[in-house]
Formats: sequence, structure tokens, C-alpha cells
Amino acid sequence: MTSMPTLADADAGTHTGRPPRRTRRSLSEISQNRLAALLLSPTFLALALVIGYPLISAIRQSLYSQGQEFDADGFVVSDEHFVGLSNYADVLSGDRGAAFWNAFANTTFFTITTVAIEVAIGLAMALVMHHALRGRAIVRAGILIPWAVPTAMSGLLWQWIFSSNGIANQLLGQQILWTADGWPAKLAIIIADTWKTAPFIGLLTLAGLQLIPQELYEAARVDGATALQQFRRITLPLVKPVLLVAVLFRVMDVLRMFDLPYILIGSQKQSVQTISILAFNEAGNLHYGQAAAYSTLLFLYVVAVAYAFVRLLGTDLIAETRTIRKDARA
Amino acid sequence: MTASTLPATGRPRGTRSRVRAAAQYLGIAVIVVYCLAPFFWMVVSAFRRPTDQFQTTPLPDPWSIANLQAVFEPSVGFQRALLNSILVAGTTTAVTLLIGTATAYALARLDFPFKRTAAAIVIATSMFPGISMVVPLLKLFTDIGWINTYQAMIAPSMSFALPLAVWNLTAYLRQLPPELEQAAMIDGCTRMQAFRRIILPLAAPGVFTTAIITFIAAWNEFIIALSMVNKKDMQTATVAISRFTGAHGFDTPYGTQMAAAVVVTIPLVIAVLIFQRRIVSGLTAGGVK
Repeated sequence: MTSMPTLADADAGTHTGRPPRRTRRSLSEISQNRLAALLLSPTFLALALVIGYPLISAIRQSLYSQGQEFDADGFVVSDEHFVGLSNYADVLSGDRGAAFWNAFANTTFFTITTVAIEVAIGLAMALVMHHALRGRAIVRAGILIPWAVPTAMSGLLWQWIFSSNGIANQLLGQQILWTADGWPAKLAIIIADTWKTAPFIGLLTLAGLQLIPQELYEAARVDGATALQQFRRITLPLVKPVLLVAVLFRVMDVLRMFDLPYILIGSQKQSVQTISILAFNEAGNLHYGQAAAYSTLLFLYVVAVAYAFVRLLGTDLIAETRTIRKDARA
Repeated sequence: MTASTLPATGRPRGTRSRVRAAAQYLGIAVIVVYCLAPFFWMVVSAFRRPTDQFQTTPLPDPWSIANLQAVFEPSVGFQRALLNSILVAGTTTAVTLLIGTATAYALARLDFPFKRTAAAIVIATSMFPGISMVVPLLKLFTDIGWINTYQAMIAPSMSFALPLAVWNLTAYLRQLPPELEQAAMIDGCTRMQAFRRIILPLAAPGVFTTAIITFIAAWNEFIIALSMVNKKDMQTATVAISRFTGAHGFDTPYGTQMAAAVVVTIPLVIAVLIFQRRIVSGLTAGGVK
């Protein structure tokens, strides 16, 4: 997952490994590899700098104690020394540990609830749009609007909607303190996130539905399948690959959720604090070691979930690359 | 299309299709209301008088641009924040497209070892959590004096913009027939010339779509801009709005915030309405085809 091996890979492709077959074909192959390395290197260099470097640096920072400390005489000193895993021990136990496990639980809770709700709503939207004979253009324009609204702005918008005198309470005839803390705050986050991203899942799913050949449904109908059977036996299995890709990207997105709870509820509210917010707060207090430990733990969590996803559900993100290669070799 | 997915029953056809049409319109209406109602409330709230902020009429009564005027008061410094956003998002988009198009071409058209690894890494990087990058870079940028600079926002933005752009462009370039450049190369063009003279002009719509999607992503970015800048002059629009403070102490200035949110959202909404077809094909390209 790091970017470092890539540069090596791209290089390896051009300079090493190939037996020196002096045929016309291998020459063009070598020049093609050179060109590929040339075209890939700017992107991978940039990714190495903005992702590879921070990744390694965060792991290093998480093993060092950083920031200001008091020495034996009571003077403030800027200090940086190796402390091994003590930052991790620090963030996994005691007060900080409680904060971490709370944030971990929140992050996991939001991931499961929002993605589940968004998939249900997105699938329903896609089915409606797929079967619509008229009004598709309007729906398509409408469905892109939540996607285009900046998440930070949607956080403010929902804060306004959920404010104590806001429209949500007016419509419900209630006096719920949505943005204070506790379950209403969690619910507010779920609603705001669902509004913004369910249409996006709907859009991706619709594209998947449109790839299903119509003949399948005709054949099923001839065989006497009901609408529900057609949905379960044809639509769902065939749209599943697309849906899984959408779900994977959404899961990765919610795991790193920051903007929405930070703006809608606030960075110090226990009930909506995510791991990203926790790390951000620690970095803001110049506790770089602990912040790096939190963000490294989040990274490991993301990697584990992505790996499990690809392994267990067989999400094939780069299927097309493979087909192209097969074609090229044939 | 609709009729074929539902089983025929004994009821008269006319009634059934009318019911079905009604259900379709209802479904469409529900989706449109779902997507637009909160956005509508944002616009409506922006155009109320500050004294009518808690009005609940569906339309402002009377309409007022007082909130908009408050946003653009010189003391707020919102013009500068908008300029910062345009600079950061614009530069990010330009640099990303410049180096991303080359990479996308290689991934879509060339055959080379480790191609699958390269593609996998591009996808993997798009899943990297922003905070895992912000914490170390914050320390690095503090050490090298980059805090409160444009490059401190532009460089980290590449981390999400590059994978997005490369993936979109790769999907688009794959759709172009390879015969075109092969023909050009048989006619004596080098691969580079074929890319410049044949592929780039044909790929223009795809590049353009990718530019819009990348620009929107960079424009909407929050955590990097929030972390790397603490001077008001350098804030981007999204961060500036989230920090608006009201004239009356602890009251959140919702009206002003909504007006400012409308200002930063409307250009995107207009772009989306004009280019909806292309954006949809761009967004779905990575996941589906």
C-alpha cells in the first residue's frame, strides 16, 4: 500500500530482468517500458511525497516522544527521543485509551449504519431511475446536487436545520437538542451523511443496472418468474460487483470521516468523535507522537478493512486492467 | 422497459400502466425532493432578512440580500478566501491533469511489467485517510516554514486529486479505439507524437470532465486547508465560512453562513447542471466499465 515499492517496480520494469533478446519485438518492448516509466514517474513521485513520505514519517513519529517537556530543573525543553511503543501504550490505555476506543466504536458504528442505509436508499433510487420513462434528466441533475455541495457546507446546512429553533424541530413539533451530544447527535450525522452520499451510490448502481441485458428479464418472464424473483435472481447478483465497488469506496470514506462531525457537532463531543478528529485534536495540542499513533492505528484499520473486503467479497477493482493485458498478450 | 420487468396479470392493461406511470412519477418526485429539499432550505435561508432568520415560510417574506451583503463586507475578508480557494483548487487541478494524463495514458495503452501493481497502488492511495497525511506533514511544514502558504495546501491535495484524475482518465482513454494511434504510428508518427496529435484531441472531453470532477473535489477540501493555515488571509472559503462568528456574541450567524455557503456552492451546481451527462459518465467510469 505504500508508494515506495512502486518507483522500484516501475524502474525494475525498464532496467532489469529482461533477457537481451535482440529481436525487433523486444526492442520495441524495451522502448515501451521506458516510455511507461517516463509517463508514470511524475505521478508516482508525487504520490511518494504526499502519501509515502507521510506514512513512513507517521510511523516514525509514533515511536518518538515529541514536543515540549520539563527537564529535571523545571526548564521547558523541546525534546525528541525514541520511546518505542509507549505512545501506542499511551493511546490504548487510560484516559487516552478510553477516548480512542470510544472514537473507534463511533467510527465503526457510523461506517456500518451509514453505508447500510445508503446502499438501501441508493439501490431504491437506482431502480426508480432505471424504470423511469420520463424525467431522467431532472433526476440526474437533482441527484448530483448533494454530491456537489461541499461536505463542510452540508455540515453547516444540517447544523442550521437541526438547530434548536430550526426547521427539523418545527416540522417534528419537538424540542430535540440535536447538535448537543448523545444519540440525537449521532442520528444527525447519519442523516446528513446519508443525504449527501446515497444519491451517489444510486448513480453508480444505475450505471450497473443499465449493463444488465434486457433479454435476461424476458427469458425469466417466459419461465414465469415473478418480479421479486427477477430482482433477487437477476438484478441483485448482476449489479453486485458494481455495488461492492461503491460500498468499498464509501466504507473507506466513512472510516476517515472528519468534516461532518467536526462542523455539525464539534470536535470535543464524545458521541461523534471519530479517530480522525481525535488525531487532529492531539496534533492541534502539539502532541505529535500521540497524534501519529492515532493516525497510524486508523491507517492500519483502513488497510485491514480494505484487505478483508477484497479477500472475502472478491471485489475486483482492477479487473479491466487484467483483461486489457490479456488482450495485449494474446 | 418498465413493462417487461413486471409480470403480466389478468387486470386490464390500461389501469395497470396508469398505476405504474403514477408510481414512477411518485418515485421520481420523492428522489428529487430528497435531494433538493435541504439545498432549497439553504438558499431560502440565505435570502431572508437577518431579523427573519427563524421564519419557516417556504419562501422568504420579504426577500432580502442583507445576508449576502454581510458576507461580502470588507471586514469579513470573504473575497480573499474565495480567491484563495480558486488559486488552490485551480493549481491542484492543473498540476494533477498535467501529470495524471501521462500516467493514465500509460495505464490505458501501454503494456509493461508491474502494470497491475501500478494500477492497484493508484487505487490504494485513494483510500489513504487524510489525517494520516496531515499529522506528519503538519510537523514537516512547520519545520520548513510552509505553514500559511499555498503550496502547503496544494501539495497534500495531490494525494486525493491524483488517484481520482488518473482513474477517471484511464477509464476514458480505454474507450478510444487503439487503431487510431496504430494508424498514425504506421504513418511514421512516434508514440509520443501519436499521443499528442491523435489521442489528446480525442481525449479532450474526458480531460475536461476529469478537470471538473477534480476541481470540485479540491474546492470542497477541508481538513488540509484547516490544518495547514492559521492566518485569516490564507484561509480557503470552506474554512473561512466554518469560522464565521456572529455580530451578537455566541449566536451562530446561520443566515450569513447560509449566504456564504450558497456563494461557494452555486458555481458547482451550475457546472453540474451544464455538464451533468459528462460528470455522470466520468463518475461511473471507474466503478463500472
